[in-house]
Amino acid sequence: MNRPQPEPVQIVKERRDAALAALVARVPYSAFMGFQFERRGDELTGLMPYRPDLIGNPALPALHGGALAAFLETTALMALSWSMIWPRMEAGESVDILPKLPKTIDLTVDYLRSGLPRDAYARAEITRAGRRYASVQVEAWQDNRARPTVQAMGHFLMPDFEARS
Amino acid sequence: MSDNRTEIARSFIEGLPHCNALGMSLETIGEGEAEILMPYAEKLIGDPETGVIHGGAVSALMDTCAGAAVMSHPDAGVATATLDLRIDYMRAARPGATITAHAICYHMTRAVAFVRVSANDGSSDVPVAAATGAFAVEHGS
Repeated sequence: MNRPQPEPVQIVKERRDAALAALVARVPYSAFMGFQFERRGDELTGLMPYRPDLIGNPALPALHGGALAAFLETTALMALSWSMIWPRMEAGESVDILPKLPKTIDLTVDYLRSGLPRDAYARAEITRAGRRYASVQVEAWQDNRARPTVQAMGHFLMPDFEARS
Repeated sequence: MSDNRTEIARSFIEGLPHCNALGMSLETIGEGEAEILMPYAEKLIGDPETGVIHGGAVSALMDTCAGAAVMSHPDAGVATATLDLRIDYMRAARPGATITAHAICYHMTRAVAFVRVSANDGSSDVPVAAATGAFAVEHGS
């Protein structure tokens, strides 16, 4: 009864965080917008730190709807990419070569409240992940988790990630 | 009166911090129609392998353009806000190309404006993306 020793938690965390960082770093637009992603186990939370140049209505003031839409779309894309590499990473395979990005087919954004001039957070739920198409629901909130600022539903074309190199 | 409304809409759009950050410039506006340009820039890239602009930047452009069309409509109120926007991404934008968004506010009620927007990169008759949206209209007093 020789059970293999579990990997030290620090090693596991470092591997997962490195994979996530590689996914985030590859998109110039995300860096420009300041998007960040926090991880708890396999769950990701997007973060859009407030900046004055995200304002779309200076009179209120309110965040630009386009910035929020971009934040939701990026969070959905990140959730899909993450869901592709997670099982491989956990199975001990190398994820040095990242899968191609999914392509957005459509995105329907529902503006529930005006965006406050503060940080925004988002989580995506993959409602269906097929081999070619995926459906994702994503929601962003600010001060109050129970009062979402925007929600969106999107359809995505999945990349071919079967060819291993 | 109509020219005045157009000027107000123009100065409002040109003063939006996020639109300046993305490099948008208002081309034409008036009578419920607007056209806004967004030149290609490296910071807007969504896929570094292909150099194609991120969908989010195109969404921001189309949202702005749709809002501008609403503001310039003869029956518009004092303010507007996006209620919903559905964006279809038909094809990848050509790397290096300026994206031009064109929006038409095709119907206006007391409370809601209905808008169609398309985004083109000049390389095909098929737009890069198309969107339809509903906007809240506030009439003040």
